[in-house]
Amino acid sequence: MNRKQKKNLIRIILASVLMIGFIFVPVDGVWKLLLFLIPYFIVGYDILIKAGKGIIHFQPFDECFLMTLATVGAMIVGLMGDGDFVEAVAVMLFYQIGEWFQSYAVGKSRKNITELMDIRPDHANIEKDGELVETDPDEVEVGTVIVVKPGEKIPIDGVIVEGESAVNTGALTGESLPKDVMTGDEVISGCVNLSGVLRIRTTKEFGESTVSKILELVENASSRKSRSENFISKFARIYTPVVVIAAVVLAVLPPLIFMMTGGDPRWTVWIYRALTFLVISCPCALVISIPLSFFAGIGGASRAGVLVKGSNCIEALSKTKTVVFDKTGTLTKGVFEVTAVHPEKADENTLLHLAAHVERYSTHPIAASLRAAYPDEADGCEISDVKEISGQGITALVNGSAAAVGSEKLMMSVGSEVTQCPHDHTGTVIHVASDGVYLGHIEISDVIKDGAEEAVRSLKASGIKKTVMLTGDSKRVASSVAVKLGIDEVYSELLPQDKVEKLEALIEARKPSELVAFAGDGINDAPVITRADVGIAMGALGSDAAIEAADVVLMDDDPRKITRAVGIAQKCMAIVKQNIWFSLGVKLLCLVLGALGFANMWTAIFADVGVMVLCVLNAIRALFVSRL
Amino acid sequence: MKKTYKIDVDCANCANKMETAAKKTEGVKDAAVNFMLLKMTVEFEEGADPAEVMGRVLKNCKRVESDCEIFLK
Repeated sequence: MNRKQKKNLIRIILASVLMIGFIFVPVDGVWKLLLFLIPYFIVGYDILIKAGKGIIHFQPFDECFLMTLATVGAMIVGLMGDGDFVEAVAVMLFYQIGEWFQSYAVGKSRKNITELMDIRPDHANIEKDGELVETDPDEVEVGTVIVVKPGEKIPIDGVIVEGESAVNTGALTGESLPKDVMTGDEVISGCVNLSGVLRIRTTKEFGESTVSKILELVENASSRKSRSENFISKFARIYTPVVVIAAVVLAVLPPLIFMMTGGDPRWTVWIYRALTFLVISCPCALVISIPLSFFAGIGGASRAGVLVKGSNCIEALSKTKTVVFDKTGTLTKGVFEVTAVHPEKADENTLLHLAAHVERYSTHPIAASLRAAYPDEADGCEISDVKEISGQGITALVNGSAAAVGSEKLMMSVGSEVTQCPHDHTGTVIHVASDGVYLGHIEISDVIKDGAEEAVRSLKASGIKKTVMLTGDSKRVASSVAVKLGIDEVYSELLPQDKVEKLEALIEARKPSELVAFAGDGINDAPVITRADVGIAMGALGSDAAIEAADVVLMDDDPRKITRAVGIAQKCMAIVKQNIWFSLGVKLLCLVLGALGFANMWTAIFADVGVMVLCVLNAIRALFVSRL
Repeated sequence: MKKTYKIDVDCANCANKMETAAKKTEGVKDAAVNFMLLKMTVEFEEGADPAEVMGRVLKNCKRVESDCEIFLK
């Protein structure tokens, strides 16, 4: 609670006590009015002053002015009629309670959300003459060695030059498992150093570091406004004038009609009803709760490692009905691994052993995966005469026997006959022969990511109608992956520009309300990401091009985060819609009831303040995304 | 040129009014008020002096919302 809020709370309490006390004072007429003016001024003097300023500055529909008009009107009606002044004071009082609550709730949630997003490091430690000096990260030049103690945030991106530790990337990725780092590893700012002291040579300026980029992105997110927000600000602009004009009509027209038809005009009744209108004329509940919902949604998402670039992206994501994936790097790891070993004339181990030996010196990615499959490669075996035959494979002398590892063509050239395998291979097949005898083959393929299947399944469960996969890979591999994951449509053997074309065709064919999202790794797929209704970049930490192109940035490369992002967006939009319909509905109902004389000013102010409170509380729900 | 200023304002509607007022100010190309972060981002016209323009922005904002504040650094 800040000072202003404390002061206002005291005013509210004081005025309530006085108001209730004065109800029991036995005076009437003008004296009673003067008595009630005391709490009225206590609680409402600033409103009256603002109303006066509003008139001077030609702001006739200022809410303070309207509140003043309504309460002063109510007092005049009281003076002329039933002598009830409590109502006028109470309306002002409740209005102030509403304002106070709004200020408190918004302040509180602002604090919560900014704390959630508080990944900004306060300082960087630089060693000077054997002592650590705390420096503003902004002033650290590229190439400086900074020291990060356990428990501190890494302030600037860099490479570890000394020390090893575990870092918590939770604030960036939402991933709670710490990551082990050691000398030579790159580390990104915003991570918390957990165990050991790290010396890091910075590779970027603070302003260019991951943490600054993310903060900038999230802070600017709310300036990209959604259609709902634009609707609300337009609506707010016309709502108040329309209600005020309706109030004037309500005050004048019915009495005139009654007069002309010879009836009783009952001026005070109609003026009172019109004043009720003025109380409901503030569109506060809407104006505050819609941006708050989006803000909370964006804040909650960033906590989960999903950066959303704007409220408009939340809206678009919630309307997504088709999700298009890139294959390599998005659904699969993009790294080759040995997935099958089929020996013919030797055992599995011998086959892998031989293959790993022959590939010892090769830099080809396939060689790396073969070596990875046989971790104890560096044994006493003798390898010589290594010959790399481009596009076919490698031959070498292993312990004196001529080994060949490579394609079918290579097998033929060393005079060994390939046995056709009964298994259906979707990956790359590597054959192995020794001294011209065919030993068997090893299959190497790109491995599907953990959670990719779950991601596709859960997307379907959250209302996505169609999943599509685009890939440059062969048809055989593509359809095998698609079948395993349960993807609906596959387009394979595509060049990068074909991917854009395919996506455009999908966008062309969709209904306007059912958007198409594309998820890719953000480096090769930037053009496709840009073209999609919603572009999702995965594992984009540190890739500026991807952050630039995408609407939604996933901090790590877990495909399940796509579902999470969709879930968060859907929840946020649901809250926005609830708030719009609820607050509009209640206001409209009160206007109708007020016009017909069923609702008095008490009902009106309760509707106004109560709806606002409920909407604000509802909006804050958007912050909680942990179970999505 | 773009600059961001810290602001203080009580209600969301008032923040919207400030935004409209700032946008209409001479020398301002575009302005955005972020009520949740209490920040105002102002994009100035080419060649405009930010200090001078911000004086006008503050005056215009005060006109529509008397107890708002813009903290000019």
